This record gives sequence, C-alpha cells and structure tokens, in this order.
Amino acid sequence: MIRILELIGEYFLFLKMVFSRPEKWSIFLKKLIDEMKAMGVDSLLIIAIVSATMGSVITIQTALQIENSWVPAWTVGFTVRTSVVMELCPTIISLLLVGNLGSRITSEIGSMRVTEQIDALEVMGINPASYLVMPKIIASLIVNPLLIIISIAFALSGGYLTVWLTGVVTSYDFVDGLTSFFRIYDLYYALTKTFIFAFVISSCSSFYGYRIDGGALELGKASTNSIVVASFIILMLNLIITQIML
Amino acid sequence: MIEMKQISKFFGDREVLRSVDTSFEQGKVNLVIGRSGSGKTVLMKSLVGLITPEQGQILYSGHNFLTMSAKETQALRAEMGMVFQGSALFDSSTIQENIMFPLDMQTNQSHEEKVERVNFCLKRVDLYNCNNLYPSELSGGMRKRAAIARAIACNPKYLFCDEPNSGLDPKTSIIIDELIYEITHEFNMTTVVNTHDLNSVITIGETISYIYEGSLAWRGNKDEVLISENQQLNEFIYAQPLTQKIKDLI
Repeated sequence: MIRILELIGEYFLFLKMVFSRPEKWSIFLKKLIDEMKAMGVDSLLIIAIVSATMGSVITIQTALQIENSWVPAWTVGFTVRTSVVMELCPTIISLLLVGNLGSRITSEIGSMRVTEQIDALEVMGINPASYLVMPKIIASLIVNPLLIIISIAFALSGGYLTVWLTGVVTSYDFVDGLTSFFRIYDLYYALTKTFIFAFVISSCSSFYGYRIDGGALELGKASTNSIVVASFIILMLNLIITQIML
Repeated sequence: MIEMKQISKFFGDREVLRSVDTSFEQGKVNLVIGRSGSGKTVLMKSLVGLITPEQGQILYSGHNFLTMSAKETQALRAEMGMVFQGSALFDSSTIQENIMFPLDMQTNQSHEEKVERVNFCLKRVDLYNCNNLYPSELSGGMRKRAAIARAIACNPKYLFCDEPNSGLDPKTSIIIDELIYEITHEFNMTTVVNTHDLNSVITIGETISYIYEGSLAWRGNKDEVLISENQQLNEFIYAQPLTQKIKDLI
C-alpha cells in the first residue's frame, strides 16, 4: 500500500516537471506536430480495421438478438450507433491505443533513459520531462479524440456495409436507426471520456518509461507495467465517468 | 577551475563517495581514475548535477553549484559539455541534428550559422561526410567523436568525458585521447575525464585524482603516477602483467 502511495506521489511530481514552460516554443511546436503525425499515422490503420469489424459484428449480433416481428427493424441501427458511440469506440479503442501508443511511448522514453540520452539533455540545461513528454501528452489530447471520431465513422460504415452485404435488415431501416433519437450529449460524453483516457495513456506510459532504472530487461517490464496500469485506470475511470455523466 | 570540497554521497546505507576533496584545473586534462565501482561515475554525475551529494561543496570558479538557483544552474549548464560512456547521441536524429541540438536550444543563431558551426565541430573531430548519417550508421570511435563534436558545439568552458575509451580498440583510444587533449588546450577548457585506461593516464593526465573505494587516495600527474609509493595506486596501475613488466624495467 505504501509503495502504491509512493508511486502516485512520484507520478504527480513527474507531472509537475512535465508541465513547466518549454525552453523554446518553436522547438516545442515542431515536436508537437511531429508527435501528432506519428501518433495519428501509426494508429490509423489498426483503428480502421478494428472499428469496421467491431461495427460489423455488433450489427449482426444485434440483428440476431431482435429477430422479432414486434421490434422495429430500425432498432438495429439505433443500438449499433448507441453502443459504438457511447462505449465501444471510446473505451475499446482507447484500450487498443494503450497497447499501441502507450507501449511505443514507454519504449521510446525508456530506451532514451537506458542509453543516457535523458541525462545528456539534463546536462545541456534542458528539462527532459518537459521537452520529451509534454508534446506527447498534448499531441495525444488532440489526436486521440480525432482518432475516436474516425473510429466511430469506420464502425458505423462497417455496420452499414454488413447490412448491405448480408441483408439482416434493410439499409433504409439501418440508416433510419442510426439517425433516430440522436443526442449531441452522447458524442460529448464519448469525447470527454476519450480526452481523459488520452491523458492517462500518454502520461502513464511516459512516467513508466521515464523512471526506468536499469537495462533492457527493465524496459520490457516497464512497458508491460504501463499497459497494465493504464488499462486498469481507464476501466476504473470509465465506471466513474459513466456514473457522473449519465 | 572546479573544486570539490568534502563531497559525500550515500546510496541507502552505502557511502559511495567519502569526503572527497579535489580540484580540476582550467586548460588542463584532469583525469579521475580508479577501479570499476570505485565511485568515479558518481563523482562525475555529481559534478554535472545528475546526482546531488548529501554533503560538501562543488565550486565552479568559486560559486557553489549545489546551492545555485534553477536559473543559475541552467546558465552554468550552458557552459558544460559532456561525452557519455555510450555516446548518448539521439538515435532518431542525424549527426548534424545531434550537434545542432544544443545550438538550437541555447543560442539564437540563424540556420546557416548553426550549420557552419556543426561543420566546424565535425571537421575538428575529423569526421567528414557524415552530417546526414544516423548514429547507428557510425562505428564506435566515430560515435565518440560525434559525441565530442556535440559536447563542444556551444564552446563550453567545462568538458566532462565519462570513460571515452571504453569499448574502443587501442589505436582509436589513442586518437580520442589526443583529440580530448588538443581541444582542451585549443579552447582553454577545464576537462575532466573518467578513465581506467592506462595509456590515457600516462599520456594526457595533466592532473590525476585516484579514487579508491569512494575516497581520494592519491593526487598527482602523469609524471608522478608511475613512481608513486601509494600502495593502492600501484595495485591499480600495475595490475596487468604488461604494466608489471614495465615496472620491472623502471
């Protein structure tokens, strides 16, 4: 228990170091754009594949569950949209990003620590935590919500494609369901969750990479720990945010 | 000039530096020698502020580094250059970007001025046509030279080298030693080198501090080191059969 409290204390001290004024704004902006490019491009393909297949599967499963004459056919589209927007994309895709973005961040920062590159930055009079981590956190806060919007688009398109190919319900009914009873608050709820999860993914994985003390073996352990801890925090926060916002 | 006064450092209950008193002179190559695990790296990391000693003073031109404000520390660090044991070049950047990095962060020079300075530093360390190569594309010796080029990019007053010869063949080690010696005198820097390479000790050691189990056991220069009567130093210097034979000849 004391160890956990120590770890939480270290995490907040780390965040204090991260959110200090950058040495040079021009270099910070350049790094921020580089990070946004890397995060977006690296994750786009996997997100597109996972989202589209997820949308397809949910469509088929929902259609099979409500194969009943007194349930209107548009319910399939409505259920798919609600599940995808409110839960599946923000949470499942964020968990996917923990493995994809998070492990990349931990490995990148961790290997810099192991090879003394972080020490080199410090000797040059640069705050390494701020220089390396702040652009990653800000970039993920911008990129992850965009990725989730793209993910929602792919999931709904996957559902539509499935309906069109299999005919479980008519395309007209599916689209009717997608557009029925839409509340902008649902999207606001999804993006709020994504924004908070993005902060957890980037800060947690950076923290585990930054505090590595040892060699390559530690790097592997840190990567695993950051994924486990970030996933656990995301699941817990999902519960809390859902309770608060809905 | 850098002075260390009564520096002590503990890791848990273990005292890794024990009231070390020594100084490093300007315009000279100052060696810190000792066996692996004797505390050399902790001493160097204390000098550059990567480790904070529990006790003592580190004086840079009379100003205590350990009690400086963050702003003063940053200003002093702009006058430092360091060559790490594994070079510590940024993997994802080219050699030119690596050397330009401290210039980007610490100066307001134009891009052309920075490129000119990069080329000067690369030429000074005898590295040609490798501006656009990545560190992984260079040999160990070339990486060390690139690291030295990065360390001198901002004209530092203080140069720190942590085991610059480790992992290099004897001939490349001599080239690196000569380079460190030449640039120290050319730019009148205070250079501190951690080493256990005996060739470095007898060729470039203008002042030598011998660290034994965390304490300063001997201080002298390259002319005195082979004829010292300090038993611990002699055990270190004449540990190899080759040096033992040299001793017999002396």
